[in-house]
Amino acid sequence: MSALGHLGTGSVASATPSDQPVAGGRRRRWVPYVLLLPGILWLLLFFAIPCLELLATSLYDPSGSLETGYAMTWHFANYSDAVREYAGHFGRSIGYAALTTLITLLIGYPLAYAIALKGGRWKNLMLVGVIAPFFTSFLIRTLAWKVILSDDGPVVSTLNALHVPLPDGRLLATGPAVIAGLVYNFLPFMVLPLYASLEKLDPRLLEAAGDLYARPVSRFFRVALPLSMPGVVAGTLLTFIPAAGDYINAQLLGTTRQYMIGNVIESKFLKVGDYPGAAALSFALMAAILVLVLVYVRRAGTEEVL
Amino acid sequence: MTEQDHGNTDADLHIVGVTKRFGTFTAVDDLTLTVPQGSFFALLGASGCGKTTTLRMVAGLEEPTAGRILLGTQDVTRLRPYKRPVNTVFQSYALFPHLSIFDNIAFGLRRRGIRDHAKQVEQMLHLVELDGYGSRRPAQLSGGQQQRVALARALINQPQVLLLDEPLGALDLKLRRQMQIELKRIQTEVGITFVHVTHDQEEAMTMADTVAVMNAGRIEQLGAPTDMYEFPGTAFVANFLGQSNLLAATVTGVSGDDVLVQAYGERFSLPAARCRLTAGTAWLGVRPEKLHLAPTPDAVPTGHQAVRGEVTDSSYVGVSTQYLVRAPWGDELTVFVPNSGIAAPLAVGSEVVVHWRPEHAFLIERAPDETVAPMPEPEDAVGVGT
Amino acid sequence: MAHRLWRWVADHWVLVIGLLVLAYLFVPIGVVAAMSFRESGHNAPYTLQNYHFTLRNWAHPFGAGGIQDAFLLSIGIAALSTVGATILGTLMSFALARHTFRGRSATNALIFLPMATPEIVMGSSLLALFVAAGVPLGFWTIVIAHIMFCLSFVVVTVKARLAGLDPRLQEAAMDLYADERQTFLRVTLPLVMPGIVAAALLSFSLSFDDFIVTNFNSGSLVTFPMYIWGAAQRGIPPQINVIGTAMFAISFLLVLAGQLRSLRRRSA
Repeated sequence: MSALGHLGTGSVASATPSDQPVAGGRRRRWVPYVLLLPGILWLLLFFAIPCLELLATSLYDPSGSLETGYAMTWHFANYSDAVREYAGHFGRSIGYAALTTLITLLIGYPLAYAIALKGGRWKNLMLVGVIAPFFTSFLIRTLAWKVILSDDGPVVSTLNALHVPLPDGRLLATGPAVIAGLVYNFLPFMVLPLYASLEKLDPRLLEAAGDLYARPVSRFFRVALPLSMPGVVAGTLLTFIPAAGDYINAQLLGTTRQYMIGNVIESKFLKVGDYPGAAALSFALMAAILVLVLVYVRRAGTEEVL
Repeated sequence: MTEQDHGNTDADLHIVGVTKRFGTFTAVDDLTLTVPQGSFFALLGASGCGKTTTLRMVAGLEEPTAGRILLGTQDVTRLRPYKRPVNTVFQSYALFPHLSIFDNIAFGLRRRGIRDHAKQVEQMLHLVELDGYGSRRPAQLSGGQQQRVALARALINQPQVLLLDEPLGALDLKLRRQMQIELKRIQTEVGITFVHVTHDQEEAMTMADTVAVMNAGRIEQLGAPTDMYEFPGTAFVANFLGQSNLLAATVTGVSGDDVLVQAYGERFSLPAARCRLTAGTAWLGVRPEKLHLAPTPDAVPTGHQAVRGEVTDSSYVGVSTQYLVRAPWGDELTVFVPNSGIAAPLAVGSEVVVHWRPEHAFLIERAPDETVAPMPEPEDAVGVGT
Repeated sequence: MAHRLWRWVADHWVLVIGLLVLAYLFVPIGVVAAMSFRESGHNAPYTLQNYHFTLRNWAHPFGAGGIQDAFLLSIGIAALSTVGATILGTLMSFALARHTFRGRSATNALIFLPMATPEIVMGSSLLALFVAAGVPLGFWTIVIAHIMFCLSFVVVTVKARLAGLDPRLQEAAMDLYADERQTFLRVTLPLVMPGIVAAALLSFSLSFDDFIVTNFNSGSLVTFPMYIWGAAQRGIPPQINVIGTAMFAISFLLVLAGQLRSLRRRSA
């Protein structure tokens, strides 16, 4: 379990080398390359090259087809077409993902904090609790949310009883439903890295802050939060990136009006067969995410995480 | 348990001209050293002085940049750690957390293919007074118990040399004292050569037959603890082993068996046997407990050396009271007066005369431009090795 | 009484919020469990209305057409992908944690990037490659894809464990007459094992649960998540809930048992 706890911070802080002197120091030089070779080849062959291939595809002449073949025409218009035509979907993807990230951070932080610093001997059990929902297929869980949020489900009837106005009188097939699904599905990705960095926090630091006249609120904002920043950065990235590319929640809990860019890419690839257009959208999405992530990481002041 | 042959076979540990560099940093600088078989040898020094690096080179965990290491006549310099008849008690023990205490202790024997080890392990557990602990895990033991397991795990292999890397550093003071006596007892019992690395001068002095004080990768002085304490060879040793009052002096002449020196305009003398040099600039040293206080010059016994002064500070530490006395030239002398109840305590501001027997002083080398005695870095954290 | 409860909540409000969030994570699990006991026809609407309890679904967990094949296919794919990714990833983590070599940061970037790439991009680009290379889509293309995206998670998990390993333990082993091979087998490997097991479990669940990447590279094969996806469009057989609940219950109990065992061993 503890290894899962490392997952979050490790994934982003993976660049920290641990070059302790190894006994004897008589290692042969080729050993690391032999160890790395199969994995590197796999990643190059099935990740890096496909990505480059996709980049090339995104510049093909869109008038071709899978049967007739595509011509490389450096067709940059694929990008402008994609962005122009699907600007709304892009905006929705980024907006939904940002809101999802914010909400998961707000509700995930107290949970991670409670496990790390208040869990006591229930710590491991609570950690299992965070991971346990993974044991059921996420599609099944998302379908369960469909039941919960349905028009005759418990949430809508409760809100109706409290006279809370709902758009069109329903919850399912609205933006909030899609965001609710995203929040639920990505919450553990936020909680685990937060936990990993809060667990390293020495509780005596909080006591010291209290001793130095810090009230609970400033104790949190001046000590706990800054020290858990690596976890916050890791968690927000691990939530935002997959959420921006997701299309399952929009499809199951929303309607075409809630569709995100992922839905468009999926249908272009698998239903329409417009490969250059789909590839351009994929790369536009990646570029958008990359720019946002870089700006964010700069702001967060922890550049070494990448 | 194993009485090694003390006859003609050479089983001493020889370190010959060993140098170890890490990049541009020289950790050990042309070190030559012989540890006689069966002795309890302490390498004493502040953190970063190269003592742990020396130990690791003997263990085979670090390869010397230059020089040779011999066990008797066998050159082990390039031998892998598992091919050397040497075992280590690591700092913070490095017990295998996934193995029981029994399996930890049996580890070395099993690797050497020794099958019937159960009895030997039980004997070892008995030697370190941990009978019945075999099935536990290291995490279930206290620090002192873990320390003894680490010792048993190394000793069971009957190494030619046992290396101990700050073995008591992680223990609290009381337990440390207890383990010091315990280690000494075990060493006498098994008769194996112990090389003990420590930054604690008291620990080195209580346990070791021979102490080598290391500084900046070199040996400052080597000898029996009493000899070194009573007659230190360098200013560094004088202040690293206990405390010393060092006066910047110049030798003015020799008169019979006495050497005459002048310091801050005052004249002193001491026996030639207590001098490392008989000409040039020197440090005149006296240990604080060898200094006495008298109210007036008349009360100073004849033959004693004396300096007038004023008490500037006094701290009561139980067995003794430590006074600071400002000499006419402005420096402060440290004086320990035992609280034997004979003399009344002195108030700050009292005029006193500091005096000592000439044969309690020592004279050591000083560079002509040196006026302030070198002070070793104080060890801030216990258990911080090199 | 109420006063005292209020005091406790006021003193432990962070813990209370944490427990509420934890409870929220389990809400859909409860729904899935409830649905698994619901009396329903094959194409009944997927809802909790008109609930009638039955054990029939549990008596025939593979009663719905095709569900067994999909389930077994997913198990097979996950098992193979786990073995592949765990072996490749563990080798890589050892190289990264133990050796200095040229191209280290490039390697780290190559490992990090798949985790920062949306699944849809990975899935679609791999599809483009397979189509371009004329590789028929099916079982092996799925396994290739799954090993690819599990690999980074394995490296991260095992490397964290290796980084936390005291190098003196290996030195102690060598000092105690264990050569390089014995040191690895007797000390390093057992100590890294929890990390490797965690990485394997993570790989298995990532692979078993994957829909997006698989959807692009499966050809005509139907994995368990794809079966659910298809069912979501047509009508959901209650057996899906039975399998979902059973998977949750079994894994939860296994993990719990493991936790209790290690707790007992620590306090023994």
